[in-house]
Amino acid sequence: MKLPIYMDNHATTPVDPRVFEAMKPYFTEIFGNAASRNHSFGWQAEEAVETARKHVAKLIGATAKEIVFTSGATESNNLAIKGVAEMYQEKGNHIITVVTEHKAVLDSCKHLEKQGCRVTYLPVDRYGLVNLDDLRKVITDKTILISVMMANNEIGVIQPIKEIGQIAREHKVLMHTDAVQAAGKIPVNVDDLNVDLLSISAHKMYGPKGVGALYVRRKNPRVMLSPIIDGGGHERGMRSGTLNVTGIVGLGKAAELAYLEMPEETKRITHLRDKLQKSIFAQIPEVFINGHPTNRLPGNLNISFAYVEGESLLMGLSDVAVSSGSACTSASLEPSYVLKALGVGEELAHSSLRFGLGRFNTEEEVDFTIKKVVQAVNKLRELSPLWEMFQEGIDLKTVTWAAH
Amino acid sequence: MAYSDKVIDHYNNPRNVGSFDKSATDIGTGLVGAPECGDVMKLQLKINKEGVIEDAKFKTFGCGSAIASSSLATEWVKGKTVDEALQIKNTDIVRELNLPPIKIHCSVLAEDAIKSAVADYRKKQESLVKEEVLQTIS
Repeated sequence: MKLPIYMDNHATTPVDPRVFEAMKPYFTEIFGNAASRNHSFGWQAEEAVETARKHVAKLIGATAKEIVFTSGATESNNLAIKGVAEMYQEKGNHIITVVTEHKAVLDSCKHLEKQGCRVTYLPVDRYGLVNLDDLRKVITDKTILISVMMANNEIGVIQPIKEIGQIAREHKVLMHTDAVQAAGKIPVNVDDLNVDLLSISAHKMYGPKGVGALYVRRKNPRVMLSPIIDGGGHERGMRSGTLNVTGIVGLGKAAELAYLEMPEETKRITHLRDKLQKSIFAQIPEVFINGHPTNRLPGNLNISFAYVEGESLLMGLSDVAVSSGSACTSASLEPSYVLKALGVGEELAHSSLRFGLGRFNTEEEVDFTIKKVVQAVNKLRELSPLWEMFQEGIDLKTVTWAAH
Repeated sequence: MAYSDKVIDHYNNPRNVGSFDKSATDIGTGLVGAPECGDVMKLQLKINKEGVIEDAKFKTFGCGSAIASSSLATEWVKGKTVDEALQIKNTDIVRELNLPPIKIHCSVLAEDAIKSAVADYRKKQESLVKEEVLQTIS
């Protein structure tokens, strides 16, 4: 077993060696511009791009022509939201999204608010789920887009996208989902889910960074987008710029592998995650799951270790790369807004760790991680005045703290 | 973020972890910070009749820099008089531990913990004196 162990697969994933192999020739040998129509260099590049497009489409149950390649999911989200807002401004100016979305969605919406759009940010319940009645209530005749992520990057909760998409259909509102964490991990089918726009990223599914895609429905309804990048009219005019052929080949191969291996991989990763969860709960008291206990991504485990601060816990786990919702780990000094939205108290948000298990994690690594987590939590609780007070039976909520 | 070697050393081998009986008259206890802010420090000083800090103990809920700041504070105050201990500035801690700007509040908290522990000790001494005076009068 090699140290350190990588267990932060929601942040990014390593490129699968098979993906890397597929990409290799496209750096140096097959370097043509996919838009060059007049020689074999261009044709070869175009062929590779179209093959990749088919694989990506297949992964999400779309047709190849509905895939627009981008620089990543941040761009895909920006394009979907800003593109719809501009294209459909005659129809309306109201967008509905959720407080726990990724910043690429939230900040795109904030940008549009400054330009006169109205945005409703739906709350979530303690599991991180949107309430469908809440959604129905806020739809107006000015609503043009609903954007709800399929699976959350922090807590892994899976939203009822099919039902949300159905509501959108009934009201003739377009439906976008940020499926960055879901695609390649759980089954995604755009027709089954009733979505019109869907964002994916290569580097969250063992492909390279810097490439992603946006699914844009072509039929029932035909979705139009104003581009946010103008130029040579690539990607049906929705995304100009010379195609990142190498990256797209990588995304295509990653999608192909994910499609083929998902059933097996899901079983294996779910087993590892469940083992991690059960062992931690069996060996450490006062731990809490953040998010939904069962309706979550196979590789996700977000836990708060009461009376222990997250960043110090990360320090104790120096051989295991995981992340924390603690403010100390963010530049803003604010704890995770996602955990706050669930109603997790700030003190527990500070105590949270996110484990993201992936394709390359082994049982041996999980066993090692369990051991390290137990050691670190025990050590830090010995050090913790809060743990001491808890042991003495003092209710921390009754203490007057000198907040700073 | 990379931690300085000194922070890592204090984190791995925290000095003077533990608790004294907080009701004892020669013990001053400082409890500063708040759980929702992500750091709470408890610093306790054992002070003799001459006003010298004989021993110190701490417990900290917080990041590695907060743990290191309070661990260092216990080392520094030992053997000092109460007045000398009050001279310890957070900037001294920042310098010693090489704390980045985002971690300065950890050092401030450690300075506050010393002040708060001394204040608690002094309050105890005052009430002791008052009791003695009352006893003498009656």
